[in-house]
Amino acid sequence: MIHSLFLVNASGDIFLEKHWKSVVSRSVCDYFFEALERATEPENVPPVIPTPHHYLINVLRHRIYFVAVIQSEVPPLFVIEFLHRVVDTFQDYFGVCTEAAIKDNVVVVYELLEEMLDNGFPLATESNILKELIKPPTILRTVVNTITGSTNVGEQLPTGQLSVVPWRRTGVKYTNNEAYFDVIEEIDAIIDKSGSTITAEIQGVIDACVKLTGMPDLTLSFMNPRLLDDVSFHPCVRFKRWEAERILSFIPPDGNFRLLSYHVSSQNLVAIPVYVKHNISFREGSSQGRFELTLGPKQTMGKAVESVLVSSQLPRGVLNANLNPSQGTYTFDPVTKLLSWDVGKINPQKLPSLKGSMSLQAGASKPDENPTINIQFKIQQLAISGLKVNRLDMYGEKYKPFKGIKYMTKAGKFQVRT
Amino acid sequence: MIARGKNASDLFPAVVKNVACKNIEVKKLVYVYLVRYAEEQQDLALLSISTFQRGLKDPNQLIRASALRVLSSIRVTIIVPIMMLAIKEAASDMSPYVRKTAAHAIPKLHSLDPEQKDQLIEVIEKLLADKTTLVAGSVVMAFEEVCPDRIDLIHKNYRKLCNLLIDVEEWGQVVIINMLTRYARTQFLNPNINEEEDKKAEPATLAKRKPYVMDPDHRLLLRNTKPLLQSRNAAVVMAVAQLYFHLAPKAEVGIIAKALVRLMRSHSEVQYVVLQNVATMSIKRRGMFEPYLKSFYIRSTDPTQIKVLKLEVLTNLANETNISTILREFQTYIKSMDKDFVAASIQAIGRCATNIGEVRDTCLNGLVQLLSNRDELVVAESVVVIKKLLQMQPEQHSDIIKHMAKLIDNIQVPMARASILWLIGEYCEHVPKIAPDVLRKMAKSFTNEEDIVKLQIINLAAKLYLTNSKQSKLLTQYVLNLAKYDQNYDIRDRARFIRQLIVPTDKSGALSKYAKKLFLALKPAPVLESPFKDRDHFQLGSLSHLLNAKAAGYQELPNWPESAPDPSVRNVEVKDSVCAERTVLTGPEGAGVLLLQTTRGSSNMQDLPKKLLISLFHRMSHVLLHHSHSEQSSSAEDRKRGRKAVKNQKSASESESESESSESEEESEEESEEESESDTNVRKKRVRLDWNRIPAYYFMNTLHYIQYTTLAPSGSIKMYELLHRIKGEGLAVEYCFSRQPFSPEPNMVAVQIQFTNNTNSETKNLHIEDPRLQSGMRIREFAEIGLQPSESVTVVMGIDFCDSTQAANFQLCTHTRKFFVSIQPPVGELMTPAFLTENDFKKEQGKLMGMNEILEKLTLGEKCVNEHVIVERVTATANLSRVPCGSDKECRFAGKTVSSGCLVLVTVTTKEGGGAQLTVNCEKMLIGTMLVKDILQALSQ
Repeated sequence: MIHSLFLVNASGDIFLEKHWKSVVSRSVCDYFFEALERATEPENVPPVIPTPHHYLINVLRHRIYFVAVIQSEVPPLFVIEFLHRVVDTFQDYFGVCTEAAIKDNVVVVYELLEEMLDNGFPLATESNILKELIKPPTILRTVVNTITGSTNVGEQLPTGQLSVVPWRRTGVKYTNNEAYFDVIEEIDAIIDKSGSTITAEIQGVIDACVKLTGMPDLTLSFMNPRLLDDVSFHPCVRFKRWEAERILSFIPPDGNFRLLSYHVSSQNLVAIPVYVKHNISFREGSSQGRFELTLGPKQTMGKAVESVLVSSQLPRGVLNANLNPSQGTYTFDPVTKLLSWDVGKINPQKLPSLKGSMSLQAGASKPDENPTINIQFKIQQLAISGLKVNRLDMYGEKYKPFKGIKYMTKAGKFQVRT
Repeated sequence: MIARGKNASDLFPAVVKNVACKNIEVKKLVYVYLVRYAEEQQDLALLSISTFQRGLKDPNQLIRASALRVLSSIRVTIIVPIMMLAIKEAASDMSPYVRKTAAHAIPKLHSLDPEQKDQLIEVIEKLLADKTTLVAGSVVMAFEEVCPDRIDLIHKNYRKLCNLLIDVEEWGQVVIINMLTRYARTQFLNPNINEEEDKKAEPATLAKRKPYVMDPDHRLLLRNTKPLLQSRNAAVVMAVAQLYFHLAPKAEVGIIAKALVRLMRSHSEVQYVVLQNVATMSIKRRGMFEPYLKSFYIRSTDPTQIKVLKLEVLTNLANETNISTILREFQTYIKSMDKDFVAASIQAIGRCATNIGEVRDTCLNGLVQLLSNRDELVVAESVVVIKKLLQMQPEQHSDIIKHMAKLIDNIQVPMARASILWLIGEYCEHVPKIAPDVLRKMAKSFTNEEDIVKLQIINLAAKLYLTNSKQSKLLTQYVLNLAKYDQNYDIRDRARFIRQLIVPTDKSGALSKYAKKLFLALKPAPVLESPFKDRDHFQLGSLSHLLNAKAAGYQELPNWPESAPDPSVRNVEVKDSVCAERTVLTGPEGAGVLLLQTTRGSSNMQDLPKKLLISLFHRMSHVLLHHSHSEQSSSAEDRKRGRKAVKNQKSASESESESESSESEEESEEESEEESESDTNVRKKRVRLDWNRIPAYYFMNTLHYIQYTTLAPSGSIKMYELLHRIKGEGLAVEYCFSRQPFSPEPNMVAVQIQFTNNTNSETKNLHIEDPRLQSGMRIREFAEIGLQPSESVTVVMGIDFCDSTQAANFQLCTHTRKFFVSIQPPVGELMTPAFLTENDFKKEQGKLMGMNEILEKLTLGEKCVNEHVIVERVTATANLSRVPCGSDKECRFAGKTVSSGCLVLVTVTTKEGGGAQLTVNCEKMLIGTMLVKDILQALSQ
């Protein structure tokens, strides 16, 4: 299926290649570079590029293009999903997925790619199994390896591949047994000029960090499971029980993993935690524009709105902005015309505001578009949909684990049109 | 260097030498190198082949698998026969992992040498019958690559694949679902057939038609794929979505919309592909996505290609009710900074306007306003769209045409200029005063125009000449003259053609009469339609669909058949799958159960040679059988009475602790008896029946005898866990190999299973279902039993492992739950003791020399001080019997494998100073190797 893989960095150099079938010359990437040149923005490169003999499917992550070469019919999502899995694995192994990290660990990367695909068909993609096969590099291990001459390749054979719960290793041991769950919700919203909500939906995930000894069997129940409109699970979750009882029952993988992601649909009313008052105007004929922005909290259930960051792409005609924030700092990049304002925490008594003027290119006519404002924020200890975890039980092991649940609400793609 | 793409082939011999290196990491890297360059250095690559061939015989399944993997990756034609052999062998390997690798190797070999196709298909056929989830995905992948048209191979495995689907790894799921979609298209009837015909069919034929009934197999597929919509893997979700789109009845397709909308949150590449597919679906099934309209609203931060696709979807979803909100959205989009996107939005507005009559005027007005936009691109795009819209109803809009005529001075975009000129030419009657003036201006700038504009100028001139020749005659001639000397031959041609046509000369004959008709004919309005209109003839989610062009290797999605092919081809014969066969515990087994139950109950009973117990057991069952022959005519009533008597006697005479277990036993008996009544097997029935009619005193005697003389097998026989108490929700299951012959089938291994109910409620209907076994393996199930709270019951079942250590997988079902469990036998349990004399032993050993003999030196563990311990250790590891021997330095053991009866001979020769030599002779080398390993471990501890 997947013939070859090329890794291309931001400056357009191929810095790694791997072939699973016969060798495909790297000149095939010329088609990709053509498309790259044609696209104005890096993310505008079409994911699938047909060439006379091959098809190139690429994904862009961390400013690296992963270009897969395929020769015949295959579901494109299959390849895309796999490439993302490769990136996730690299990130898991090296902490970051940058060109430097990949070059430093080229041997591990090669071993990983070799294990993940056989003849172009995915073989082992579960990070658990891979870690058993190839140990992730750590500083300590590198030192030990250079001294003793031992290797990163696991000596034992990967029994996980054969087990019924491939996501969990056997013989896990911890002195502190802990299971932490983070309920993180993101609000995607579009607010129009007048402040009314055009669309708003909540996307949530439950990320878990489970460090438990042995083979624990966990069940997690919610106070209000009906809220969840659409869910997707980690393969460890028993689907039947969810269908029947709306309880998450699973044998967890070891370490960090995403237990479930869910969607609270736009049909339900979504509370919008912040509001924006804005006045951005350009006068015809003059080279000045006015810029006023005030933020305020709204429907936050008494919780503080933190780490607020406002960013906006100003029109091309704007030369510079001379603004005065009541709190926080702002930056304006005259090249990309990106204005960003790091507000910090919103104090309901004294609302943060950013006021001032923008200077326009002399002689240019007034820009006819108004910028959209993107807002990021965080609210701790609150799941905006109202989702609540009822209890977490453990079966199968005798010790008592530490349990913890954290809620957080974040802005996803939160946009205000002006 | 390979990673950088440099040629490192000069180093080939030096690198390949390292293939025998001990270090695994070096070895792996050599493999990488080898696979990369073997094609170029074929001869040298052959040197390494022997290493892999050795690896193929390794007792460790993972080493066998990786050897096969590398071997099959080497693209050297000479080794094709070796690969073929290796694949064939691996396809019948005991380990599912090795079989999976074999499946992976099939397409590799096929691409190397397509002539092997027939042989490979045989292997695929064999592997398709495999019952493990590990293999299923890979073999279907091989099937798709080698012989996607051999749909007949799927019939027998269809139901199995459907049932396994949810447990297959995610990549396999995608491949299987796609294949099953194609399969279902050929095998089932179109579920929407009635609805589609309803539109055309007359009531009379409607009545005649048979109501559509969905094939249960079709339903099975839909039901089993539905949970996969919840997968975290976008490719799986997409695969299920396309399956539903292509196969499900209209009413059910809706459920996929939600999952697809969820995918839109994912990476932008995933979004791109999903939106492409949604765009196609939304044309055919608009209602499906309407509730999610707002999810397709565009954000300013989306990449342009995503924006354009979302726009496409929004346009497809537009209808009378939601058009006003959609148009309001579009209006904000037009103000965007991204000009390509603005252009696309304008086109979208145009499409909405053509599709929905009510809003046409509003749209047109909006577009006209855009004409005063400062951005040229926006104006140009609007002109083009307005042109198309105006064509539909030109009469009412002459002022718009006038407005546009004015614009021509400012607009520079050739396409827009051409459009305006065409409009003016076409509707010059509506603007009689302006048209000649425009032509004048154009004639002035003719030489500087783009080609398409020039062509339109000529057109305009010709049309004006025909309608208003007085004003425009000279102008037209001037334009035609200019065009005559143009650089572009198209323009020269056109000019010549038009001149002949419209300017009356002597020669120009009949044609010029019709010139007016030719030029001023009414032109049909263009239909603006989605570029995704006809894409659904490609299978959704496929590469071909995305590109709207057939990709290499694309398999057409067949049309629904007119009439359903025979559904019985999917029926699997009962004898193929043992799961259908349900047997009950017959008398002697029941006795065995009871026997062991009792022994377990009294744990203080000590050491009696096991053989004694076995022979006792044998004797007992013999008596029972004998008994049965003498009393064939007993009735059911009698039987019950007999049973009661037994029960009473028993409970009266046994101690309290004993009675509990026997009662539970009684219950299991009762259940199995009910089973046996329905059983047609007369012989068994008889045995059971008589078991109940055994004179009570006999029974009691036996029981007592056992009570005081048995050994405790729990001490020497290792218990394995089958189901943990927690996993089983209170039901704990352990098993052990009781090492007794399984009397109903002598070539089965008896597995004794103990159930303990730790819950507070009764567990009912405990039985086995759905065994997944390697080919050749068989299971003889125990009868259905029930468990009271905190009760334990032991049963015996038989498994024919075919002399392999392959696990037997099956489901343990209670009345509420199902548990997947598997039993994997240690190699030592696959044999039964064989009684040989010393001479026989030597003779047999002589026959099993050479390849069949394995010699190993070892150091005995500290505790293996004397012969007695050695014998104990060996017999604990393997079910062998000791063979008498003259020398006290040697211990000999003999046994036979249970299912094929091959001899297994073991000799341990002790030496001075704790050393020893172990010899195993066995025809089955694999068993021999594994046995050596086990015994070595036992002795060196």
